[in-house]
Amino acid sequence: MTAPLDVTGGDTEATPEAVAEEAQAQRAIQGRSLGRIAWMRLKRDKVAIAGGLVVVFLILVAIFAPLIVGWFGHPPNEFHQEMIDSSTMSPKGGTGISSDFLFGVEPLNGRDLFSRVVYGARISLLIAFLATLLSVVIGTIMGIVAGYFGGWVDTLISRTMDVFLAFPLLVFALALVGVLAQFEQSLGVKGDTLRILLLIFVIGFFNWPYIGRIIRGQTLSLREREFVDAARSLGARGPYILFREILPNLIAPILVYATLLIPTNVLFEAALSFLGVGIQPPTATWGGMLSDAVTYYNIPHFMFFPGMAIFVTVLAFNLFGDGLRDALDPKSSR
Amino acid sequence: MMKRSGAALLAAGVALTLGLTACGGGGGGNEAAKDNGGSSAGGAQDAFNAGIDKVYNPSDKKGGTLKMAISEDWDSVDPGDTYYALSWNLIRIYGRSLVMYNPAPGAEGRKLVPDLAESLGTPSDGGKTWTYKLRTGVKFEDGTPITSKDVKYAVLRSMDKSTFVNGPTYFNDWLDLPKDFKSVYKTPDVNTDQAIETPDDQTIVFHLNRAFGGFDNFAALPGTIPVPKDKDTGIKYRDHVIASGPYMFDKVEPGKQYTLVRNPNWDPATDPNRKALPDGYEISLGVNADDLDNRIISGDLHVDLAGSGVQPAALGRVLSDPAMKARVDNPTSARTWYTSIIGDVPPLDNVECRKAVIYGADRVSLQNAYGGEFAGGDIATSLMPPSIGGWKKLDLYPTGTGDAAKAKEALTACGKPDGFETTMAYRSDRPKEKATAEALQQSLAKVGIKLTLKGYPTSDYYSLYAGKPDFVKKNSIGLATNGWGADWNDGFGFMSQITDSRTIRAAGNYNLSVKSPEIDALIDQAYVETDTAKRDELWAQVDQKVMENAFVLPSVYSKSVLVRGKGVTNAFVTGAFDMYDYLAMGVQQ
Repeated sequence: MTAPLDVTGGDTEATPEAVAEEAQAQRAIQGRSLGRIAWMRLKRDKVAIAGGLVVVFLILVAIFAPLIVGWFGHPPNEFHQEMIDSSTMSPKGGTGISSDFLFGVEPLNGRDLFSRVVYGARISLLIAFLATLLSVVIGTIMGIVAGYFGGWVDTLISRTMDVFLAFPLLVFALALVGVLAQFEQSLGVKGDTLRILLLIFVIGFFNWPYIGRIIRGQTLSLREREFVDAARSLGARGPYILFREILPNLIAPILVYATLLIPTNVLFEAALSFLGVGIQPPTATWGGMLSDAVTYYNIPHFMFFPGMAIFVTVLAFNLFGDGLRDALDPKSSR
Repeated sequence: MMKRSGAALLAAGVALTLGLTACGGGGGGNEAAKDNGGSSAGGAQDAFNAGIDKVYNPSDKKGGTLKMAISEDWDSVDPGDTYYALSWNLIRIYGRSLVMYNPAPGAEGRKLVPDLAESLGTPSDGGKTWTYKLRTGVKFEDGTPITSKDVKYAVLRSMDKSTFVNGPTYFNDWLDLPKDFKSVYKTPDVNTDQAIETPDDQTIVFHLNRAFGGFDNFAALPGTIPVPKDKDTGIKYRDHVIASGPYMFDKVEPGKQYTLVRNPNWDPATDPNRKALPDGYEISLGVNADDLDNRIISGDLHVDLAGSGVQPAALGRVLSDPAMKARVDNPTSARTWYTSIIGDVPPLDNVECRKAVIYGADRVSLQNAYGGEFAGGDIATSLMPPSIGGWKKLDLYPTGTGDAAKAKEALTACGKPDGFETTMAYRSDRPKEKATAEALQQSLAKVGIKLTLKGYPTSDYYSLYAGKPDFVKKNSIGLATNGWGADWNDGFGFMSQITDSRTIRAAGNYNLSVKSPEIDALIDQAYVETDTAKRDELWAQVDQKVMENAFVLPSVYSKSVLVRGKGVTNAFVTGAFDMYDYLAMGVQQ
């Protein structure tokens, strides 16, 4: 038994298109895996590649935030009152942008916006990635189980998904984060760690049905396929079929929807921080910075930089995710 | 060469424009003065603080509609159910209390003058009994004469805190009420003459459960504005309050709009205090705060009813443009923003550790957190603000950017030379308090005091979080942002609720940290003292003790940046409420 992804026989209907386009590939018709074909398609999609590069760049920025800030900025929570006009409380010269403060400073306390945007990337991406991971794990397990076993298991899980999808997520998240944060002692963690864990849990836990539904649908069609029948006739049991036969075939949709879920989660985290239940100050988050900036709408750079950071992140992930989908699943209509 | 002349040209251009605007402003002012027909010209000259301690554009001309707006809504227009300074200020246009604050600029405005009563109260029985005589010929809007029974009914009704949850509880606390009296609605037949007597239609006598020298301040509460018993509809009375003042409600759309028109049954002969200049008032509710600022700047609105100053976004605009700054008044309020240093939480139970917090704090960054020198206020050195009688400037702690050496010294004396950790609570929906917490965290970190910040919602801040001692101890909240404004400008009105440790209950406390038997004893002395000067002196001592014991870290004596509406007359900031006097203001014709 071989893993379907490495097989050339099963899904050959995808290859002719690639073959037709690449003249010199005529001779090398065999021995090319689905993954390689997808990679070839992805490489040709300039927009997706650009999105991917930005994503890599953002991840590097988040990882090396202390280094970057050390070179180009100031500690993110450090006050710079000397940059503030003492009567109007706005930055001297309007924005305070200079070679010393690349993005200018915040009004009132003169904190370095560049450093705060860079550090904000850490929180945003960390929460978005881990929350997505949580959603994907729960969603995949639930979806695959529901799709494979069917019957009352499917009914139960599908209805649960419906309930979750019908939930007023934002309102519920607001309440939940607010309430859970009060039980610090009993939860054993506190401060930013607690908040980050809470946000990951709330965002991740309530987003699983989206991915769960897709996985369930895919599983429904996969379980009728010949290789599953073959495995079953050779005596393979449920768990083996689920995780060794079906799951590898689901890697593509999982990858695509995870990539597309990340920007949603970036936005959701920003919304929660904006509404004041996110990370506690003074830790910088993009949503929290936007929320602070609303009062100072006359000082646009304060809103512009964190806003742009969110915009670029979401756009990059979406472009990359779309490209990935096209590459992995050429049959899907745009 | 080219560059230079270009710059010079630009500079000349700027100078020219500035000159033009200055001329324009001056011209407008002169015109306005002419319109006044000789009533002291020059008052209409736009200038920074032209409405502080003097009247801007004085006028006796009647007519026009005064347009007011507010970004939210306030508790109620019902005189028995309101606790907002803006409401106590506004209520004088439609209601007449026994005594009122003099509609005059600055400190004059803090003086009490008789309104419905012929004179201020006459104390007897050592200050336990207070008698007022009502003026004759005063009528409700429907023409019925106002009697002392209407005043008595209004006071008794305002004490029903289950119906009217908002108002102050001074009458509940101080009147000598019979035990079986619950409220005018539940026990209407109980004889309450032992608390309030009405021997005839013009006389009302208050009996207190203990002597109180400052009862005239109680008589100035909106609770003494007469309410006709047969028109009282309980909580629904707010939909149509029966006017006793010069204006009555025309349209009432709760949460949206009030309009008031002249009350035909108000007789100026019975009222020496009110000029009643505008023909009516239009009050819009729920206007976006930034939009409201813009509309006042453009002249579309006359007054921001909230009276707390412009939003941060408008601040730069009005302060940096000289023509706009000339329309700004910048009064200091009887309000202090401070941080309570809570001694229930170790190691802050040691006075030296509390002092270390004050020494280590960067007082300038705290001032900036509240909005800087104009919108925030002057750096406070004590809990009591300067406009309170008896205030003395205290100089116990430095007010610079933090004194690390002294803080270290205090920390060593406290036995924590390397500092300590504690939690700071603040109201998460108040950006200024969030900024305060962040500023304090920054400056205290430098002396080794590590703060964890925790935001709580304003609505439950006192009832569930910072004002609940159990919660505070359990969560080790050593510091909590706080602020207090005076109900009226004397020591009792400002200090009694926030420094008396005996007022501390299981929850809902405003006094978060001041716990000292010594201070309680001083407060007891102040209560019974009938001589104003001596009483003021005692409250000043309370203030001193609070600071000596480092119970609070004061940030600023609150100031606000108010923008004078275009075309207003008779505008000034009253010392009673530290906002424009809504009773005196008129509209340019």
